[in-house]
Amino acid sequence: MITVVATDRRTRRRRSSAVTAALVAVAFALFILTMMIGSYYVPAWDVITSAFRLRDEPSVDFVVRDLRLPTATAGVAVGFALGVSGLLFQKLLGNPLASPDFVGISSGASMFAVSAIILFGAGSSMISASALAGALVSAFIIYLLAWRDGISGYRFVLIGIGLSQFMMSIVGYIIARAELYEARQAMTWLVGTVGQAGTTELRVLIAALLVLVPAALVLQRPLRVLELGDDTAKALGAHVELSRLALIGVAIVLIGFATAVAGPIMFVALIAGPIAQRIVGHNGGGIIAAGLVGSIIVLGADLVAHHVVPVDLPTGVITGIIGAPYLIWLLATVNREGRGG
Amino acid sequence: MTHDLRAENLTLGYSDVDVVRDLDVVIPDGRITVIVGANACGKSTLLRGLARLLRPRHGQVILDGKSVHDLKSIDVAKVLGLLPQSPVAPDGITVGDLVGRGRYPHQGWFRQWSADDDRAVGGALEATGTADLAGRNIAELSGGQRQRVWVAMALAQDTDLLLLDEPTTFLDINHQVELLDLLTDLNRESGKTIVIVLHDLNLACRYADHIIAMKQGVIVAEGSPTDVIDSAVVTDVFGLACDVVPDPVSGTPMIVPRGRHHASRERVIAAS
Amino acid sequence: MTLLETPTTSRETAPRHRPGSGLAAGLVVLVGVLLVVCFFSITLGSRGVGVPTIWKAFTDFNPGSASETVIREMRVPRTLIGVFAGAALGLSGVILQGVTRNPLADPGIMGINAGAAAFIVFGIMILGVQGAIGYVWLAFLGAGVATVTVYGIASFGREGATPVKLALAGAAVTAVLTSLTSAIIMTNVDALNELRFWQVGSLAGRYMPVFWQTAPFIALGLVVAMFTGRALNGLALGEDLALALGQRLRLTRLLLFVTVAVLCGAATAACGPIVLVGLIVPHMARFICGPDYRWILPYSLILTPIVLLAADIFGRLVVSPGELQVGVVLGVIGAPAFILLVRYRNLAEL
Repeated sequence: MITVVATDRRTRRRRSSAVTAALVAVAFALFILTMMIGSYYVPAWDVITSAFRLRDEPSVDFVVRDLRLPTATAGVAVGFALGVSGLLFQKLLGNPLASPDFVGISSGASMFAVSAIILFGAGSSMISASALAGALVSAFIIYLLAWRDGISGYRFVLIGIGLSQFMMSIVGYIIARAELYEARQAMTWLVGTVGQAGTTELRVLIAALLVLVPAALVLQRPLRVLELGDDTAKALGAHVELSRLALIGVAIVLIGFATAVAGPIMFVALIAGPIAQRIVGHNGGGIIAAGLVGSIIVLGADLVAHHVVPVDLPTGVITGIIGAPYLIWLLATVNREGRGG
Repeated sequence: MTHDLRAENLTLGYSDVDVVRDLDVVIPDGRITVIVGANACGKSTLLRGLARLLRPRHGQVILDGKSVHDLKSIDVAKVLGLLPQSPVAPDGITVGDLVGRGRYPHQGWFRQWSADDDRAVGGALEATGTADLAGRNIAELSGGQRQRVWVAMALAQDTDLLLLDEPTTFLDINHQVELLDLLTDLNRESGKTIVIVLHDLNLACRYADHIIAMKQGVIVAEGSPTDVIDSAVVTDVFGLACDVVPDPVSGTPMIVPRGRHHASRERVIAAS
Repeated sequence: MTLLETPTTSRETAPRHRPGSGLAAGLVVLVGVLLVVCFFSITLGSRGVGVPTIWKAFTDFNPGSASETVIREMRVPRTLIGVFAGAALGLSGVILQGVTRNPLADPGIMGINAGAAAFIVFGIMILGVQGAIGYVWLAFLGAGVATVTVYGIASFGREGATPVKLALAGAAVTAVLTSLTSAIIMTNVDALNELRFWQVGSLAGRYMPVFWQTAPFIALGLVVAMFTGRALNGLALGEDLALALGQRLRLTRLLLFVTVAVLCGAATAACGPIVLVGLIVPHMARFICGPDYRWILPYSLILTPIVLLAADIFGRLVVSPGELQVGVVLGVIGAPAFILLVRYRNLAEL
């Protein structure tokens, strides 16, 4: 009996590691592909040697390192942050439709960023900083308002929706009253695109990932019992409020930074987690896998947005179209009791 | 290992309402204790208070001489386990994984997964008869199977004290008896102290070594079922007119309700 | 955005019961309030006008008088539209919450706003449509197409369009439409410019032609809606029970859904997207009259226009001579009200 349990666990772990490795490979492939395609085609090997500084060749380096590498890196980083953040949110709130996209945090970032663009005529760094500030402020407000002898996931989401309406009304007003060119800039930002990332913001995001993803992995242990309900988690000895606070904190900072870099790209946070869990299996923690799926989606969407469609479009447009089939698929797998897949 | 779990002057409540008032109780070590009472009498609240889930308004819960809230939660969790009323199973989780999560208090960052853990999980699965379900998705199981899996998780936690909050609700009668028999096995074979909240008074009388009857947040009767349960107590606690006769199988008190339609005058006169 | 699971309360809420005569009297009072609000809607603004002027504007119109023109061309139309659109939004909110048994159902989930916006920008880009009148038809058409698609997708499968499937289908359709809209405005400046103005729900710039285009649909929808009280009461008991009581579930749901689509589509076509009022006012009505839909419907019918017009008047006065659009006022005031609702009252089952 004991060996059956042990071998079963080992098999599952081996499988999830294999799938995760495959995800890394796919993400890497897309990463390189993004830098190969464009008005000037660069072969894969040249991309790799240039991007990883294995060899210097000025004409290739300019295209790869200066023009394409920032966007590709942003795609990986933003996608990863969104994937992890979305997974944490869904697990904490116990609801597959919970996503930082629609629970008010992205809208707070949007409100601050749009204000920065239109009311203060800010430059790129200022806009990103405002977006981050907006995400943190709205998360704080939602948490405060939802706290009442602890946090109920349901209340958190509802208040988030309310705050989102509030913020978006103000955003609409500011945009309607602005000059056309400002409005255009704001509305472009609101769709979200990976290509608009500035280097400083990107560096900050990567630094944040390097700190927060390990933190999330550490917190994965209490998360596994938090998923079983507050009572069971406490009975197993977990510090429920503290762990939840820490996990939500990580999720919020991740999405704050991601939005600061690329704007509110919709749907990635919503679908990366469930897709990752489906292919890796539910038993592995899934944080790394969710991040990788997020990166893959963003890189893929960006490729489509810039090279498949005749017009240059922002990434956010494509992720919206990807989100829809996922939701319909969820709909098809909803069982009688009404609980989603 | 013997343990001492008791409550002194315990007052517990939610929001503005006190549900349990000034309660003193000692949980007999190594025995099966069953808490009974009408809905909203405070029995679940008491159990949750004993399990350290609720902070007392007054008084304290004492485990082995120390107030339970002064101890580290992980230390308490190694000794005292609770199966709450409505545990939540995340989507897609397998039986083996869920039972494995019961090992949380024994693991840590530097002690991820060991042979002890495998042994505990394997043992728990066997004891609850769920070993053949190990790879199945929890959502596919029947209510009875699912409840046994949750009990397996609590068993995997490997605690000397096991508290269960209404574990038999939603179970068919055969599964109810199976589960209670299992808990009795655990008590007799490993000496686990078991505290259960049950709503079925007859099953409670059968399986309890020690029964605690509650009404409106206070204990109205306490002791071995044979000594304590009579029709006066049942009427007091549940508002039910009844006869109490010895159970033909176990000899423990069996409650026979009177009701309005079945007690003919002759039988009533003959019985009284 | 509604959640996947409809919330349930563990405790029973005792139904508030006021005697019917009390409620009827209350309704009459509210109608009076509505008339007063309409009066203020016509008289107040950056240009105040008095009663004699109003009388003269309709009996002996002098086109040279600015005041009279303002009354006829602007104040009265926007008041009328406000009443109709408000009633439409309120009733569609009530019905939607009843059909989905979700106290947070908002017509936005059906893709109405997204559909309207998408068709408007599409019309601007492809057909070169300009001006409010064109937008009304485009918006209405877009709302209709979106709702049909949502309902169609949700009805696949044995159980038909359950609340959960409706929510998911709505989210999916909204996602696609929003993406298409974004794609269009990124490439067409006129579309972007027009959309950003239309997106803020407003009664300004809505003249009598807009009223005549949308009022017939709203009127029809309102009439149908007022008779749905019994059906909604039945549905509130849960679908199994409703079936047992003899309701023809699929047909009833379809009819209710269509009514919501027409009402909300027309209101959005007239004013642009106006949020939250269709969500909150039904709760206010429920607070006053209890869970019987036969009272909630008429109360919402009168209350919503009152709230809408009050917000409009407020918006006209607070930054006079400029104007704060109704959509903004309702968003900025409605959202905190909603949050307070969530925080301090358990949003109970319907």
